[in-house]
Amino acid sequence: MNISLAPEVLFHIAGIGITNTYLIAVVIVLLALVFGLVLKARGIQAVPTGMQNVTESVFDVWLTTIDSVSGDRKLTLKFFPIVVTVFLFVLFSNLVELIPGLGTIGVYGMHNGHVALIPFLRSASADLNFTLAVAIIVMTSTWIVGIREIGFKHHISKFFTLKNPIAAFVGILEFIGEFAKIVSFSFRLFGNIFAGEVLLLVIAFLVPVIAGIPFLFLELFVGLVQAVVFSMLALVFLKMAAVHH
Amino acid sequence: MAAEQVTEATAVALANLEAVKTIMAGLTIMIGAFGPALAIGKLAGKAMEAIGRNPEAASKIQTAMILAIAFAEAIAIYALVVALILKFV
Repeated sequence: MNISLAPEVLFHIAGIGITNTYLIAVVIVLLALVFGLVLKARGIQAVPTGMQNVTESVFDVWLTTIDSVSGDRKLTLKFFPIVVTVFLFVLFSNLVELIPGLGTIGVYGMHNGHVALIPFLRSASADLNFTLAVAIIVMTSTWIVGIREIGFKHHISKFFTLKNPIAAFVGILEFIGEFAKIVSFSFRLFGNIFAGEVLLLVIAFLVPVIAGIPFLFLELFVGLVQAVVFSMLALVFLKMAAVHH
Repeated sequence: MAAEQVTEATAVALANLEAVKTIMAGLTIMIGAFGPALAIGKLAGKAMEAIGRNPEAASKIQTAMILAIAFAEAIAIYALVVALILKFV
């Protein structure tokens, strides 16, 4: 049983190590691309059926949710791509940890200087690199939305203002808080999913099949909730950046 | 003397570094999950009261409650990550 915080390198391409979590993320992106292309090739009908119907219902739920937070349809259409992309990407990479063979099917190789089992399946969000990347992308897009919606001067005056000492102090705290949000986003998702993987591995090690069933349900719920929380928080921060003080 | 006792205690601790790390990993998550557990209980309790007073607004209250619980739970997750780093790194 190999539990390591860092993802394991499977092979090297041009000096860069490709880890198992990176492969999972690439597979998810390729599947999403294939899904989109198949949907487009079938033709978009005015009365949706089948796969188009399912996609449209998911999009409808998200459009209503984003509407309820942002209150303005034009703003909703601007926020929709990043929020729903983050939701779907994080949801599917959280669901990878439920696939049988997680952490147990693999090859033996060198990891951190000693021989260990390198598993093929490891959830992409159990990799701090992945969660940090998504967190940085989300926070950068909030800054860009802030600058685009209310202008550079108003956006900066939320953080650096000289009106009165209290507002200046609070502004500095908010500025540090922006970077704290990056850390909080990444560690929330990483901690939940990595702890879930360790839990599933340890339970499978103790009592192989039967005791794992309630924990699988728990991990399903946790994966869904973490995806919802990540995207809802991204939405709330986007909305807060797009309004005046 | 106090200084000799401190150095002796440090020497004993360093000799059993693995044991000390394991004990501290357990203590970290034990103490670190206490605050968030209280916070989540209070949050959920207040949300139940609010829903009881106004059942029509249940879905709005539920959405805000889940968001707030995720914030509180993140603190417990920070403690868990520190405990995991102590144990496995």
